Amino acid sequence: MQAEEKLTYETWPASPEKSTLEAKNKFLGFWLFLGGETVLFASLFATYLSLKDKVPDSTHHLAKDIFSVPLTLVATMLLLTSSLTSVYAMYHMKNFAFKKMMIWLGITVLLGFGFLGLEIYEFNHYVHEYGHTFTSSAFASAFYTLVGFHGAHVCFGLGWILALMIRNYKRGLNLYNAPKFYVASLYWHFIDVVWVFIFTVVYLMGMVG
Amino acid sequence: MSTYAQKKGFGATVWDYLTTVDHKKIAILYLIAGGLFFLIGGLEAVFIRIQLAVPNNDFVSAGAFNEIITMHGTTMIFLAAMPLLFAFMNAVMPLQIGARDVAFPFVNALGFWLFFFGGIFLNLSWFLGGAPDAGWTSYASLAIHSKGHGVDFYVLGLQISGFGTLMGGINFLVTIINMRAPGMTYMRMPLFTWSTFVASAMILFAFPPLTVGLTLMMFDRLFGANFFEVAMGGNTIIWEHLFWVFGHPEVYILILPAFGIFSEIFSTFSRKRLFGYSSMVFATVLIGFLGFMVWAHHMFTTGLGPVANAIFAVATMAIGVPTGIKIFNWLFTMWGGSVKFTTPMYYAFGFIPSFVCGGVTGVMVATAAADYQYHDTYFVVAHFHYVIVGGVVLALLAGTHYWWPKMFGTMLNETLGKITFWLFFIGFHLTFFIQHFLGLWGMPRRVFTFLPGQGFDAANMVSSVGAAFMSAGVILLLLNIVVTQVKNVKVGNDPWEDGRTLEWAIPSPPPFYNFKQLPLVRGLDALWLEKMEGKKGMTPAEPLGDIHMPNASFIPFMISLGLFIAAFGAMYHVNDKPWAIPVLILGLAVTFGSMLVRSLKDDHGFHIHKEELQDEKGAEA
Repeated sequence: MQAEEKLTYETWPASPEKSTLEAKNKFLGFWLFLGGETVLFASLFATYLSLKDKVPDSTHHLAKDIFSVPLTLVATMLLLTSSLTSVYAMYHMKNFAFKKMMIWLGITVLLGFGFLGLEIYEFNHYVHEYGHTFTSSAFASAFYTLVGFHGAHVCFGLGWILALMIRNYKRGLNLYNAPKFYVASLYWHFIDVVWVFIFTVVYLMGMVG
Repeated sequence: MSTYAQKKGFGATVWDYLTTVDHKKIAILYLIAGGLFFLIGGLEAVFIRIQLAVPNNDFVSAGAFNEIITMHGTTMIFLAAMPLLFAFMNAVMPLQIGARDVAFPFVNALGFWLFFFGGIFLNLSWFLGGAPDAGWTSYASLAIHSKGHGVDFYVLGLQISGFGTLMGGINFLVTIINMRAPGMTYMRMPLFTWSTFVASAMILFAFPPLTVGLTLMMFDRLFGANFFEVAMGGNTIIWEHLFWVFGHPEVYILILPAFGIFSEIFSTFSRKRLFGYSSMVFATVLIGFLGFMVWAHHMFTTGLGPVANAIFAVATMAIGVPTGIKIFNWLFTMWGGSVKFTTPMYYAFGFIPSFVCGGVTGVMVATAAADYQYHDTYFVVAHFHYVIVGGVVLALLAGTHYWWPKMFGTMLNETLGKITFWLFFIGFHLTFFIQHFLGLWGMPRRVFTFLPGQGFDAANMVSSVGAAFMSAGVILLLLNIVVTQVKNVKVGNDPWEDGRTLEWAIPSPPPFYNFKQLPLVRGLDALWLEKMEGKKGMTPAEPLGDIHMPNASFIPFMISLGLFIAAFGAMYHVNDKPWAIPVLILGLAVTFGSMLVRSLKDDHGFHIHKEELQDEKGAEA
């Protein structure tokens, strides 16, 4: 199949994300890239775990003092839901239902912005309530780097999905942009998986001390 | 008429190379840039040997010496060895699997430009206040206290070029998995392609820890973080782990493709199928796997404890097994073969004893208890130069001679090539063999001078004389290249006459679409198989049809340039320069803006039509 072909609901392939050679390459290349990203976050987690609660003196707050369940639980729910909505978007993409895909992607983006807003509020809260700043201790540096790297990924993912939505708003689906939507959603799932680990390792394990 | 055969002006050629997405042209870019950095790193090596030729020398100051050894190591590993291997991977691997192109031509170009701008940024440090001086390993306990911007150049330069390497690795992996010609199964792939495959997989998993390590170092030095500030709760050992989790796989990323190059050469010039092909593949994969389990052998004296040291020592020695399998397979390939002594074969011959020496001292330093003696002495310097120069550099020189005709369509002079080999080979052993003894006699690494009468004088002089021989060899190689290109005698498809793999089935240099019709691969050593059955070339696997090709693009250059600009902003912001943050933002805007343009603008490539291909002469499948 060629990327430029005009397709209808009947001729739309079952797996549009890998029906041309370019798409197959993109699909596999992106999975491999996510493999590399996994090692990147693994390194950041290792750094965080070895520097957790490592502060210059006893006046500094520790993990158990600053983290709170309600805030991060809401953030987790927003991000997990956004992963689900991006699955719906891809379901409609595979069924050549462009409008529905755009609606679900739109909801995904809104949830993503909600998460990002909460994260900004959270960081701001730590800085002003607890004096827990990027430069205040090794623990703080490791915390903001790990969670901030994830936040930057969310930010990039939002920009990416928005750019795809705006670019293809008028022309609908074809085999050239379907793989693009698909890998963007893969990226979004990956961000979500990383967050599950952050929620567990940083927040839940942090609160038990 | 196709446009590629027409003569171009100088400006058009430069623009062509700035925007190219053709893997063969990118290979030439890698070869030129990597070669340039190899000369710079070599010059630094010569300065080191001049300084150490006699005791109490003051050719360079102690501070400058630190900068020179740091830049020598960093340049040679990241900016010379890696890109030169990438040059051959780009030039040859797609041809060996019978592909018209790589999987991501655009990303391939981006990888090159990122490496290039990273390398230029790092080397600009010489002119902008001093080079990095904390060693190529840049241990945090030294690096965060290094004055000036040297270490910042290291951190930012390597970060940029590291992104490039990572992208190159993903590109090669997908190319090999998805784009093999009909019949080219995994177990019919030439060994160089196999080693490219395994090395790329290692790049994918080894470079992210370096990215993280460099990021932490950047945050500490430029943005006030405390990862390595012990007083603030930091821990400098984290850097050592992250660096070596990357750094040890890195040496296998270098040596595996070198093994691949020699495997091709042994088989070609013994005119015999590679002995134990499947065990070679198995050994390559096993080395790739074990390469990730041994990083702490660089940290035996850090104090990880006897259990950790013992485990890492045993794991390290285990790598000797697959490596031994390879050595014997090469020997058995020659055994009973009809050996032809060409320049590449000289290097292959020289490689075996040299690399075995490096392997033996490798097992010695892997013995944790004994390593307390060897650690930080010239013994270690001798060991890693025996594996890197005796393995990787000999392979690069061999590969240059072996694939030069395929890349440029001309044959390097064999007589000059053999003289180059002898100069370099003798010089190499003269320089480094004696350093084993210097180390055992107690001469420490990284010292800028030594006192007379300690028994080091004569040995150091011998070592420096060896460096002169190596330099002469390299200069002769350059001369050979110039002479060959000026004479410009064109060669045919298979100039060595014994080519076994698919790259020798097409013209030298190949047309930009590589294969007019994709070849049908019927077994290992695909071309040799056809030749043995009396055929001239490969049987096509498809009828002549339109060929889809990617468009050239200037965007890779712009994305890389943006990061290059941003790095200056990040670096000078600690000096409270008012322009620093705007420059940082501008650079990032250029990068992300270029990425956005790439994302928004459709790029469908173009088709070469069947009729044009029929006009093309001499481009049979």
